[in-house]
Amino acid sequence: MLRVGLFIPCYVDQLAPHVGLATAELLEHYGCEVDFPTAQACCGQPFSNMGCPEDARPLALRFAKAFPADRYDHVVAPSASCVAMVRHHYRGLARNERERALLDDVAGRTCELCEFLVDVLDVPTATGRYAKRVGLHRGCHGLRELRLGGASERMAPGFDKVERLLAGIDGVEFASLDRPDECCGFGGTFTVDEPVISAEMGRDRLADHARNGAEVIVSTDVSCSLHLDSLARASEPRVPIVHVAELINEARKASEEGG
Amino acid sequence: MTASGHPDRAALFYEDPERVRWHDQAIWAVRQNRDRGAAAVPEWESLRQTAAEIKAHTLSRLPDYLEEFEDRAARLGVVVHWASDANDHNTIVHGLLRDHGVTRAVKSKSMLSEECGLNAFLEARGIEVIDTDLGERIVQLRNEPPSHIVMPAIHLRREEIGELFHREFGSEEGLSDPDALVEVARDQLRRQFLEAEAGLTGVNFAIAETGGLVVVTNEGNADLGTALPRLHIASMGLEKVIPRLGDLGVFLRLLARSATGQALSVYTSHFHGPAPGGELHVVLVDNGRSGLLAREPMRQALSCIRCGACLNTCPVYRRSGGHSYGTPVAGPIGAVLSPARDIEAHATLPKACTLCGSCADVCPVKIDLPRALTVLRADAVRAERGGTRTRWASWLGSQLLRRPGWTRLAARLGRRLLHGVPSAWLERDPRMRGRVLPEVAEKSFRELWRERRDEASQ
Repeated sequence: MLRVGLFIPCYVDQLAPHVGLATAELLEHYGCEVDFPTAQACCGQPFSNMGCPEDARPLALRFAKAFPADRYDHVVAPSASCVAMVRHHYRGLARNERERALLDDVAGRTCELCEFLVDVLDVPTATGRYAKRVGLHRGCHGLRELRLGGASERMAPGFDKVERLLAGIDGVEFASLDRPDECCGFGGTFTVDEPVISAEMGRDRLADHARNGAEVIVSTDVSCSLHLDSLARASEPRVPIVHVAELINEARKASEEGG
Repeated sequence: MTASGHPDRAALFYEDPERVRWHDQAIWAVRQNRDRGAAAVPEWESLRQTAAEIKAHTLSRLPDYLEEFEDRAARLGVVVHWASDANDHNTIVHGLLRDHGVTRAVKSKSMLSEECGLNAFLEARGIEVIDTDLGERIVQLRNEPPSHIVMPAIHLRREEIGELFHREFGSEEGLSDPDALVEVARDQLRRQFLEAEAGLTGVNFAIAETGGLVVVTNEGNADLGTALPRLHIASMGLEKVIPRLGDLGVFLRLLARSATGQALSVYTSHFHGPAPGGELHVVLVDNGRSGLLAREPMRQALSCIRCGACLNTCPVYRRSGGHSYGTPVAGPIGAVLSPARDIEAHATLPKACTLCGSCADVCPVKIDLPRALTVLRADAVRAERGGTRTRWASWLGSQLLRRPGWTRLAARLGRRLLHGVPSAWLERDPRMRGRVLPEVAEKSFRELWRERRDEASQ
């Protein structure tokens, strides 16, 4: 049985705890032994992106120590953006060889939920029932740092891991978007530094989903979802936004209950 | 209204929301054309890799290749000048024009001349410069800088150009048909070409192996501008040199496809030595480039071939317009090039970015723009004046978040605060209008997890 350390990013912990629970249930459903080490804290991404890498470093080291290799085979999180921070940006924070080894080790074991299901557990596709037309919000860091799918700029072959998982769910249809992977405009501090453009970008994404008949928007990142939702709730019609863990978990439960 | 940073200048663009909308859509259409052009090349991704490697190699031996170029060009009869900064460049160009008694010159598109402020320098010394690229000519007539490196007047409506031509050239009022507008411009520019005493051009590629220069245009204006005058002055940044003629094809295949989706620009003009009876001068300009060369990851920015693909794909650029950057080159690459030289003057540019990464994936020479922008954000924090707000906010946040006990306490407080705060509070800041605060969960994940574990153990 794979021992999975559940990493619940700070804002998911506080603002979207149900996403954390859905992730845990899903991992258990696929046969993992799931633990949530309470020593974990923020991954440090905000500080790195703000231009204060020295404030990100202690958090990176704390992260590595919270998920030791002898206790967790893998670290799994319902957030592509935080995982991208761990995998791609921790290395540059190390001040010596010992720190680098520590950070490299945890980076090598850390996965976003969908890629963990597809790449590690070899889940061919999710199952269950969810009869809705789904608009897939491809978060930038998942797409362009973790390569969860093929970004529209790249002429390289590749499949979308999130889409593949969802495609097996009975009743799921995909809305075909005009701009399949444009940024939603959150960008962490960007939404504070440039609130006007940030909101415009978010509203453009919502309009694309609505125009193309999405009944629900599914995202790999709660950060994008919260930003989009803060705009969606101020506009009509409001397209609900769910996390991919919630959708897959709900579909699974629906079919179990339905027999 | 004085505008000090990117958000303020973007707000000026937002005064016309309709313009923001079509600007975004028009430029997105160019990005889509680029996608189709790139998709037609089966080896696109390996071509990008090859281009990136040629550039990295060239930059690692830049002095050698520049000297090789100088030597070969001189053998072809080209006079090579070296300029350490913008003023040096302008002084050299002015000196050449003055010595040849030139009072009217035509210029094809050169971002370097924008960077150096050449037009103003020459005009102040009594030399008239006519930009011959149509878009450049339009913004020159409007007395404003280009807003895009490939499409300088992309921020303007056809109707606005019709009005401008009516005012400047006395063309028919209310003209907005593109073909008719081009006809007006063609008629005007032909006269300028015939009367010009010197032709100024930029340089897209300088070939070390042959000493040749390559200039790429869609309008043929570099050819027209250099065909009649006896004096041709070509200005280039140090980074434009490529080792061999054989490398040129790699870049030409990428350049036009990345810029507009065309397989090749309409005109690819080669200049190997001066025309018979004429003179060809090349001015090699540093102007801060060697400083970038000395520092990773800024060095990569010198690989740029000025295709504009990063501008076209950038969701922020498309919605804020080129003038919001306040730099000769706008968009992601401009947000690296200018702050890398003077962070205090351009501190807001590295933050005019969501770090979405699209620019890095679209770039034909694979410049890691998000990484450079992140490093520049750190430079901006260090250079912050009037206190160090970002620095302290970051320190406090980090102290708080690395102590789960404190985090829990602060979060509980924060959740209670959010509960008590109506969204009307957000509405007080006009920039935040149209947003609603997130719904706050009753319990955190930590609390729910503990309850779940306790239930399981009962």
